[in-house]
Amino acid sequence: MSDILIVTEHRRGEIRPVSYELIGCGADLASKTGGDLHVAVISGEVDEMAAAFNRDGVDVIHTVADGDEFNHDIYRQAIAHLVEDVDPRFVITPQSVNGMDYAPAVATDMGVPLVTDAVGISLDGEQLTVTREMYGSKVETTVAVAGERAVITIRAGEWPPIESGGSAEIEVVDIDIDESAIGSTVTGFAEMAAGDVDISEADILVSIGRGIDEEENLDIVHELANTLGATVSASRPIVDAGWLPKNRQVGQSGKTVSPDVYIAIGISGAVQHVAGMKGAKTIIAINNDSNAPIFDIADYGIVDDLFDVVPALTEALA
Amino acid sequence: MKVLVTVKEVATVEDTFEIEGTAIPERYLEYDLNEWDDYAIEEAVQLAEAHDDVEVVSVTIGPPRVEETIRIALAKGVDRAIRIWDDELADYQLLDVPAKANILAEVVAQEDPDIVFTGVQADDDAFGATGVALAATSDYQWAAVVNQFELEDDGTVSVHRELEGGIEELTEVQLPAVFTIQTGINEPRYASLRGIRMAQQKEIAEVTLADLGLDIDAIDGALEVTSMAEPETESEVTLFEGDASSTASQLVDLFDDLGVIDA
Ligand SMILES: Cc1cc2nc3c(=O)[nH]c(=O)nc-3n(C[C@H](O)[C@H](O)[C@H](O)COP(=O)(O)OP(=O)(O)OC[C@H]3O[C@@H](n4cnc5c(N)ncnc54)[C@H](O)[C@@H]3O)c2cc1C
Ligand SMILES: Nc1ncnc2c1ncn2[C@@H]1O[C@H](COP(=O)(O)O)[C@@H](O)[C@H]1O
Repeated sequence: MSDILIVTEHRRGEIRPVSYELIGCGADLASKTGGDLHVAVISGEVDEMAAAFNRDGVDVIHTVADGDEFNHDIYRQAIAHLVEDVDPRFVITPQSVNGMDYAPAVATDMGVPLVTDAVGISLDGEQLTVTREMYGSKVETTVAVAGERAVITIRAGEWPPIESGGSAEIEVVDIDIDESAIGSTVTGFAEMAAGDVDISEADILVSIGRGIDEEENLDIVHELANTLGATVSASRPIVDAGWLPKNRQVGQSGKTVSPDVYIAIGISGAVQHVAGMKGAKTIIAINNDSNAPIFDIADYGIVDDLFDVVPALTEALA
Repeated sequence: MKVLVTVKEVATVEDTFEIEGTAIPERYLEYDLNEWDDYAIEEAVQLAEAHDDVEVVSVTIGPPRVEETIRIALAKGVDRAIRIWDDELADYQLLDVPAKANILAEVVAQEDPDIVFTGVQADDDAFGATGVALAATSDYQWAAVVNQFELEDDGTVSVHRELEGGIEELTEVQLPAVFTIQTGINEPRYASLRGIRMAQQKEIAEVTLADLGLDIDAIDGALEVTSMAEPETESEVTLFEGDASSTASQLVDLFDDLGVIDA
């Protein structure tokens, strides 16, 4: 019981990059437990994906061909089968939207602790400790996990992806899916409407967050953007409130942008926001909370009230 | 039809705070209704408004303090509330997901709801997992990260699950089921004065672990916080100082250096 089982992710025929990070995370843990790294590939073009996952550190790749797209009931049954087979000490999945849809059920089925959204994992002798963030990323906590086994979900972008080839064994797994236990059916996908502008094409983004407080206040942001020749984007709460359309949302569930300059105004820098803009060349943050996590990734910052700084900036530019 | 909504009171830390040991002292914390649960409450109340005979019940695990937050839920249209607490729970700094799911599952067993709405995640602990763990524990169907919800005439539910990158998954789910609700699914109402008045008359049932037939072992937390710190940053942020007109002109100089404006 020293093996590691990781569950890879794909969508609509494409491997999700976090899968290669899972391999990095899993290989590291396996080297500490002295066990093997097992990779689960469930649904879709499993043979093709298994070939892609044959990378350094991987010992066995298990393919379960049932289903085309992600369905949590199939994942749940497939993982239960593999857990029985492999007897892993740790099961590791991504803290993705789909990971959030099955990992808690896997932990429940196994009757083991669940630690989600890990940014660090360490194993000291037998003691597992996991590092995670709390209070909107303002603090980092380490938690000691009791017992031998655990299900852990990891945050994307925290472990190095494994890029080079390996020599894993591929095992085709035949399971009898219990159709009666499938309570949900995926009927299709929808894509967000393209809308008037494509923020991912913009060179300069003036991006506004909850700090703007009221819809009327958006005027000062539009004025700044006009003066600067920039495009306005936003964090999620602004879009949730209906103040800007969804195609202006930057982040995990919105757009990924990489402008020359990204000006984050009244945005705290939650992980799901940062996921969409960390590729910007220059990041400037305006926020009156010097502890806001956005300053951890910003190149330049102003710790001040946006209602003072933004109009002053527009004026200075005019 | 009965709808159960899980409601958590979350802590937010003030701009300046300290960490003492493995916790942030009370004086730096403010408490509020979890943002995601606000949307879950709204979804439940809208369902009750759109259909006959829908009872909306909320459940919260939390100390007496959380009653204030529960009253907000009641003022927004929740019919009655359940608050679970036990002195033994106070000993746990962090209630982990299986523990919460085991407690909430007893309420699901007693109330037998058709639909459970939870938030996608609690803003403070950010496990993002309690809803699905509850579904698995209660043997309910589920869908996580739901940003569109439609109860069909045949008693199934059609949802959109909000995946990454602006893609939504369209899924049909059989009831009974748990749905973890994403922000933006609706427009949460403000509690009206009338709602606030009426909330005073509504019941908040206080329930102990023993009342639920649980003893502390059943929820013995597997996670123990061993350290807490402000994250170390690798970034070298350059801060502009001074009053707004001074920082603004420093920014203009920066724009000039970056070549994004012709000053
Ligand atoms: C599955 C999932 C997907 C998500 N996807 C996304 C996504 O795609 N994009 C996204 O953005 N979020 C996303 N989120 C939400 C994310 O977790 C945060 O809730 C969100 O990013 C917070 O937005 P914010 O920074 O604008 O608001 P807050 O976190 O509330 O921050 C507001 C900031 O404004 C500052 N402020 C307040 N007043 C002033 C003032 N007068 N002057 C200057 N500063 C001020 C405050 O100090 C604070 O830092 C997602 C969450 C989940 C669970
Ligand atoms: N103590 C609690 N009491 C009631 N509901 C809770 C509690 N903790 C979590 N929940 C629910 O579970 C959701 C997800 O929480 P979490 O998994 O902790 O991020 C929250 O949005 C709540 O709806």
